[in-house]
Amino acid sequence: MKKQTSVLTRRGFITGVAGAALSTPMLSRAWAAEPTVINMLAWYGHAEPDIVGEFEAANNVKFVPKYYAGGDNMLALIAQSPPGTYDLILSDAEFVQQLNAAGYIEQMDASLYPFDDFFPEYQNFPGHWVDDDLWSVMVRYGLLGVSYNTEALTREEAMSYNCFWNEKVKGKVGHFDWHLPNLGQMSLLMGNDKPSPFDISEDAWGAVQEKTMSLKPQVGGYFDYGGTFSSLKNGEMLAMCGIGDWITGVLEKDGAPVASVIPEEGGVQWTESYSIGKGTTKHEIINKFIQYMLSPEGQVKSIQMAAYPGLSPTKSGWKAIQEANPTEAARSGMVVGSDQDPIKMYQEGRVHIRDIPRQQSLEDWNDFWSEYKTA
Amino acid sequence: MKTRFSVYPYVWRVPLLIWQGLFFIGPLALMVAMSFWLVKNYRMEPDFVFKNWDKMMSRGYFWDAYWITLWRASLAALLATLIAFPASYTLAFKVSDTVRRWAVFFLIVPFFTSYLVRAYAWQVLLAESGPINAILGYLGLGPFTMLNTGIGAMVGYMTLVLPLVVILQTFSLAAIDRNLIEAAWNLGASARATLFKVIIPSARVGLIIGAVFAFILSYGDFVSPFYLGGSKPPTMSILIIDTTKSGQQWPRAAVVAIMMIVTLFTVAFVAVGAAYGRRK
Repeated sequence: MKKQTSVLTRRGFITGVAGAALSTPMLSRAWAAEPTVINMLAWYGHAEPDIVGEFEAANNVKFVPKYYAGGDNMLALIAQSPPGTYDLILSDAEFVQQLNAAGYIEQMDASLYPFDDFFPEYQNFPGHWVDDDLWSVMVRYGLLGVSYNTEALTREEAMSYNCFWNEKVKGKVGHFDWHLPNLGQMSLLMGNDKPSPFDISEDAWGAVQEKTMSLKPQVGGYFDYGGTFSSLKNGEMLAMCGIGDWITGVLEKDGAPVASVIPEEGGVQWTESYSIGKGTTKHEIINKFIQYMLSPEGQVKSIQMAAYPGLSPTKSGWKAIQEANPTEAARSGMVVGSDQDPIKMYQEGRVHIRDIPRQQSLEDWNDFWSEYKTA
Repeated sequence: MKTRFSVYPYVWRVPLLIWQGLFFIGPLALMVAMSFWLVKNYRMEPDFVFKNWDKMMSRGYFWDAYWITLWRASLAALLATLIAFPASYTLAFKVSDTVRRWAVFFLIVPFFTSYLVRAYAWQVLLAESGPINAILGYLGLGPFTMLNTGIGAMVGYMTLVLPLVVILQTFSLAAIDRNLIEAAWNLGASARATLFKVIIPSARVGLIIGAVFAFILSYGDFVSPFYLGGSKPPTMSILIIDTTKSGQQWPRAAVVAIMMIVTLFTVAFVAVGAAYGRRK
């Protein structure tokens, strides 16, 4: 019998190496499964790499965002899509009840989220709970007050909404073109802080309209997101109604002489919350992502989100940003002792959650806003 | 003589009819129908109610927006016609064919870039801290507020329509029979009389069509009144955006759009009548 020898020839070696090299992509593709796609409906910025990049890499998921511009737009997008289109929905808190009423979101398991870490003021956020059932989890928020050019107005002047009537900013007062925050601020100026600037009688509503109309000679324009940015940045507008640090915070980082304060009359709070879209099959990874975003690491990312900054509703989020970026923590008031400390202002009754009108219809407020713009 | 029936000319008309049906008549019919629908829970539901028409027609802000849009578009058409005419006249009568061809090419070039980008560029130029006010400042003038005003919006309209109006006027003027002009001179007509009694009447169609295009484009424009006029006051196109943004009221936006189309049709028919009507 002929003995079989296994001598590795040069040709055999090259052939083997080449075969292995050519088959490697196949092997690695089979080994690394296709990423799980999470369809997210959100405001712009929430599925950008600065927020979800690390989570995507660590968990082999891919976020596919559908960005909207406003709660109405969000509801319309869901209404026009089949169930299960969106796995994760980030919405403004005032729209959660409507999402729930329309059956667009699923009940959530409260035991999965670190509610003990939330500041007590945000543990039972209105509209997120129905009796003991959880439907949405708050992830970030921000405050709307007076945004101003620091070379035109002093901080003391900006500490009242009356600064919008200041001669120094005549023709240079801009509006973010959405009736709710603007009229909410006017309502606060008229002293409607109890129970809420959005829960006002017909008489009070009439007074709000009259006061708003008196601002007209001061107004320089009505702007969308991009227009608000550019008009504040190039100094065309010196004071802006209806916005807050979510705009000026970005501009400040670019060196623009702008700032936002919550005036003595109080401010309006915007709140963003995660809900699980009805019909999704990806509960496990979605819950993992929400937990990630509520962790100190996720909150630091959320606070410093490139698109627009926010505040943290968790105690560990505050601690984490104070350690990671003390300057940002101080700038946004997330340090004990700051006069812009959002929790302190909330406790003092100076911060009111943005809401839809309670005693008038949304249409009434919208109609008046259109009349105001054409007046 | 009996003419033989041929399907040939009818076949060639079919693509045009299909195009018009798919992209104009069909959408228009849908929009008219939609104006009678209702929105419930942010979803449109087919219906036949006059609620949207009642709502929009009875609102002061609708009519304010309507009249300001009509006024601004008319002004833009007039300004574009007047500003374009000297340039068109020069291109038609005072320069060589080569120069005219290059000039027309350069008038087309602006259309290569997005109108929105051009509007953003004007934001920088018109700002109080912008280069125009800086130059005026050296002359001891200003600063003037131009951005977020009617002036800003009008600058945007001119950016949009002026090159087109110049091109249309130039072609129209260049096509005038030179013998008519020479005849006017030979008969002793002054330059002014030649212009008003020979040149302008001869180029009437092109001049009116140019003005109509300027009106149509300005009337429906959203970019200039929004980004350069500061939405102050809102025009009809901005009103459509506002209406859809709040409450997803597409049926009410359809009412606004139909009113715009009716207005454009009226203006276009009157203008075409004036352009092609019999001279007295």
